[in-house]
Amino acid sequence: MSLELRYFAWVRERIGSPGESLDVPGEVTTVGDLISWLANKDEGYAAAFAEPDIIRAAIDHEHVEHDAALAGAKEVAFFPPMTGG
Amino acid sequence: MSCTIRIRIQPQPFDAEEESKQLTEGRSDVGALVTFTGYCRDEGGTLAALTLEHYPGMAEAEIGRIAEEAAARWPLSGLTAIHRHGRIVPGEPIVLVAAASSHRQAAFEAASFMMDYLKTRAPFWKKEERVGDRDGDWVRAKATDDAAAGRWQKP
Repeated sequence: MSLELRYFAWVRERIGSPGESLDVPGEVTTVGDLISWLANKDEGYAAAFAEPDIIRAAIDHEHVEHDAALAGAKEVAFFPPMTGG
Repeated sequence: MSCTIRIRIQPQPFDAEEESKQLTEGRSDVGALVTFTGYCRDEGGTLAALTLEHYPGMAEAEIGRIAEEAAARWPLSGLTAIHRHGRIVPGEPIVLVAAASSHRQAAFEAASFMMDYLKTRAPFWKKEERVGDRDGDWVRAKATDDAAAGRWQKP
């Protein structure tokens, strides 16, 4: 499955990139699976996803939980809890 | 009641008075206008600036969803939300929410709801720039903000 990934704030800084297009293996079916898979890529990803429970995710511009399915997703974003306002 | 929703995400400052006028000018049905402006503060002289990062596309979409929810819950005639991004120095405005209604309770509650949800759901992140130290930290999300948003949840 091909996905557009977007990273923000300290997730972006730790990974060292604002985003990328990636081919994700078939066994990665949920947002949580994707986090675990990315965390194994290298040190930067491991640092970004060291505390997976606090990472927020969005699929195609909508907030989702970690058990959300990736089927049909085009863009998946990972970021820390929001601090706007 | 049909509610005119205006959402803007922009780097430049905004004019709260001008935005208020847009919600009231030429109308005789508005009995209450509540505006809230959030400013960048200097944290006792230690903060040089905030840099706000946002998720283009999702920021507009998410604030739009929050505004639609507010318009469904309260009888509003107009609702405006403006959120800035980029580098903002102490004393400058960051966010504006303005809610117009026939009655004050709806306007107060809708503005308060908008701010609580903007803080916890709109995809913006603040990075601090400390005086004399250009590498500041990312602002941490506060549990009190989550609690404030939680009080609007329907049982």
